[in-house]
Amino acid sequence: MSSRDADVLVLGGGLVGTAVAYGLARLGQRVLVLDEGDIAHRASRGNFGLVWVQSKGFGVPEYQRWTRRSADDWADFSAELLSETGVASGHERPGGVTICLNEEELERRRKRMEQLHLEAGETQFQYEMLNPAELKKLIPAIGPEVVGASFTPYDGHANPLYTLRALHAALLKHGGRYQPNARVTAVDARPGDFRVSAGGHSYAAPKVVLAAGLGNKELGAMVGLNVPVRPVRGQIIVTERMQPVLPMPTLMIRQTVEGTIMIGESREESGFDDTTSPEIVHTLAQRAVKTFPFLRHARIVRSWGALRVMSTDGLPVYEQSVQFPGAFVCTCHSGVTLAAAHARHYARYVVEGALPAELARFSTGRFNVQAAA
Amino acid sequence: MQTDLAIIGAGPAGLSAAISATAAGLKVVVLDEQPVPGGQIYRNIETLAATRPAHLQWLGPDYAAGLPLLRHFHECAATYLPMAQVWQVGHDGRVYYRRNVANEGAVGIVHARKVLIATGAMERPLPVPGWTLPGVMSCGAAQTLLKASGLAPDGRFVLAGSGPLLLLLAAQLIRAGRPPAAILETSYDFWGALPHLPGMLGLPGYLLKGLGLLREIRAAALPFYRGVTRLEIKGRERAREIEFEVDGRSFIEAVDLVFLHQGVVPNGNLALSTDIRHHWDDLQKCFRPELDAAGRSSSDMVRVAGDAGGIVGAVGAAAMGEVAGLAAAADLGSIDAAEFESRAAAARQLLTRHRAARPFLDRLYRPRQQWVAPTDPDTVICRCEEIRAGDVRHLVAAQNCPGPNQMKSFMRCGMGPCQGRLCGLTAVELIAETRGQTPAEIGYYRIRAPIKPVTLGDMAALDVPSRHDAVNP
Amino acid sequence: MFKLLPESNPLAPAVTVVVNGRSVAVPQGCSAAAAMLMHGGGSTRTTPVSGEARAPYCMMGLCYECLMEIDGEPNQQGCLVIVREGMHINPQLGKPGVKP
Repeated sequence: MSSRDADVLVLGGGLVGTAVAYGLARLGQRVLVLDEGDIAHRASRGNFGLVWVQSKGFGVPEYQRWTRRSADDWADFSAELLSETGVASGHERPGGVTICLNEEELERRRKRMEQLHLEAGETQFQYEMLNPAELKKLIPAIGPEVVGASFTPYDGHANPLYTLRALHAALLKHGGRYQPNARVTAVDARPGDFRVSAGGHSYAAPKVVLAAGLGNKELGAMVGLNVPVRPVRGQIIVTERMQPVLPMPTLMIRQTVEGTIMIGESREESGFDDTTSPEIVHTLAQRAVKTFPFLRHARIVRSWGALRVMSTDGLPVYEQSVQFPGAFVCTCHSGVTLAAAHARHYARYVVEGALPAELARFSTGRFNVQAAA
Repeated sequence: MQTDLAIIGAGPAGLSAAISATAAGLKVVVLDEQPVPGGQIYRNIETLAATRPAHLQWLGPDYAAGLPLLRHFHECAATYLPMAQVWQVGHDGRVYYRRNVANEGAVGIVHARKVLIATGAMERPLPVPGWTLPGVMSCGAAQTLLKASGLAPDGRFVLAGSGPLLLLLAAQLIRAGRPPAAILETSYDFWGALPHLPGMLGLPGYLLKGLGLLREIRAAALPFYRGVTRLEIKGRERAREIEFEVDGRSFIEAVDLVFLHQGVVPNGNLALSTDIRHHWDDLQKCFRPELDAAGRSSSDMVRVAGDAGGIVGAVGAAAMGEVAGLAAAADLGSIDAAEFESRAAAARQLLTRHRAARPFLDRLYRPRQQWVAPTDPDTVICRCEEIRAGDVRHLVAAQNCPGPNQMKSFMRCGMGPCQGRLCGLTAVELIAETRGQTPAEIGYYRIRAPIKPVTLGDMAALDVPSRHDAVNP
Repeated sequence: MFKLLPESNPLAPAVTVVVNGRSVAVPQGCSAAAAMLMHGGGSTRTTPVSGEARAPYCMMGLCYECLMEIDGEPNQQGCLVIVREGMHINPQLGKPGVKP
């Protein structure tokens, strides 16, 4: 291999990696994405598909703003992917609701929405707390046990799998390269000079972006970055296709363009076990039929578990290595929501060679503070 | 419900395992999807034998051989749950099922100390242009209708494909006075199989039976085309004609029905969903679980017997089931090692002979590449999501797609209600061919429970602890 | 597409079911899919993807081509449901609607 296989090597071919890689390729960078094989821990193949604002950034206005920025970009981003590749990501932004089944949930919800509103600053954050009658006007299918919901117009959803497919295609279209079956085993790092061993080959580039999800912990250590991410399992159920019935996504239940209904949003510490457990699937089903009683007749076609990439404080991790400039890390548990921001903004920062102040809150320094405290 | 051994499937393997395991002192529960025991091979045998003696004659002695097995099963102490769809098997021995009784789903759990998967075989799909049209069915379907309900194809029909069942069904329908209009054979390689003939000699009866079937078919003076190189079924709302090519010559037959068959492969979704180790069997061109001689898998909990563990045929499956039932009894301490050896000896010998005979048959009817990886781009391979062969080839080539799971996630192939059962092997072959790799390197879909369609209401009613701590907004 | 062989069980009682709105006799113990194949004409469902016409394929619970509406319940595997007196069997047309 020559000493310059690419301008940037992107380690990881999921939603985060291909979004950044596509953004880089669009800016004229020579990009090579190194990815694992067909079976790997892939949050991008297992996620729920929300482009979601109303759960993000309590107490961290920077996260709220970054999320909003991406959500606001999504419609245009989706249209761009469609015109680049012919693949529709299925993005829609009809607004979204978080449905509460008891007063305690509703109260917690109300407080969080107030907090987001107060912390929004100049971005502003509009929301409504809906009573069951008001919610029923938006989504007639809700059941009698629903006590209320929060609504924001910023929320939406997309098909995460078609989004990933479109990102792959768009990356290739702009001259980027994608190499599967290339799990990274070593990174030989020098400032502005990286040699990456993967799948029996060695690749060299002046920049490298770590976008390997849970793999970033190990890879970070190779380039002087502390990336304390751990798996948090989510389980998801999907039903047979049904006639359109849910006009907007809810935090835990949404209907896809195809007509299937997805039920998800469980959270467990389960290490690297990404199987499903009947207890969780049972609990998701209980919640689903309480929320939308018609669902009791719906047949489950599949269920799966996937591992979220969770940092210690739940925020994304964005940083350039101080020890080895040119090495960037980009990791989060909202690969769909943040895809637009990663493709449009993060990629540009990588080209410019510096992350802006607005992302400083997401640097790894915060973990050292936590460790010290 | 608590039990020592839960057996899933009431075909020859499951029934034999139930008989041998109960005889060795185990408490056994047999869960089966069908209303009566027998599996697909002995489907409805008892009712049929009692009420339709003529049909018993036509179906032949291999079918009638199920009667004594069923008698023994009824006499054994196993608990039998018919119409029970098992949708998940846990490594803790929990077997989750839904009983389809009187159209009112009721879910339940069997807690077992060991689980034996005996889900049998399924027909390998033969994806050809037009195979999704109404009027096109599998040969197994035709045989099922004959066995279960005394129904025969109405109108003009042909059988197309390859494998022993194709010929057996032809003979059965000839005997019933409803011969096919033609038989179109797509894969047959006598010279390739010849080196494996010695293994077959351990079962001389099978060779004679095969030759007998061919003689019957010849005597019926049916057009029998061997070496078909192209098949296409045409029609708008249903099959109207079948076009095919032999030795460069094209033929068209008008049809009302077409029955396709291309051998059988393990009915493997349940075993796959337990994540036990599987490997590619290149002769049988399918994935099969890695098992020891008694059906033990890479999981201490899960065992597999019969065709679900790799095709061995009905008698071989019964022998394997018998051994697996005894091995479960030995592993649970119900019989000692010496007792296991002596009780299992005869079945093991029989199984060895049947295993030795397989390569000849597998090679004789091993599907040619064009029939497992369709070259016509418009041929549907995923019947549920209507994904075509050309789409898969194009995606894999254009996006450097490494395997079936990436492909599936990018185009929904295998995501419909059949959960990849009808497209899985075709997808693997297409990807392997496009990438220039072997199916073993490509791998298979990751299959996840529930593997049968339980409703959300069923799931919500399931008797397991709730985990509200992990599920709230 | 299928019919009873003449020698078929003269002793077995018939069951009356309603296929596509028409009362018909089928053998006891047969499946809803078999009843459709005897009396239902060509296709038994249209797909939720393109609306293409389909009919039962494997008859052993694997292919989900025999999805039909049985006694008002959509997307039932017709090959696994045994007929009962008075059962209503109809094609499954596309995606099921939502029952209140």
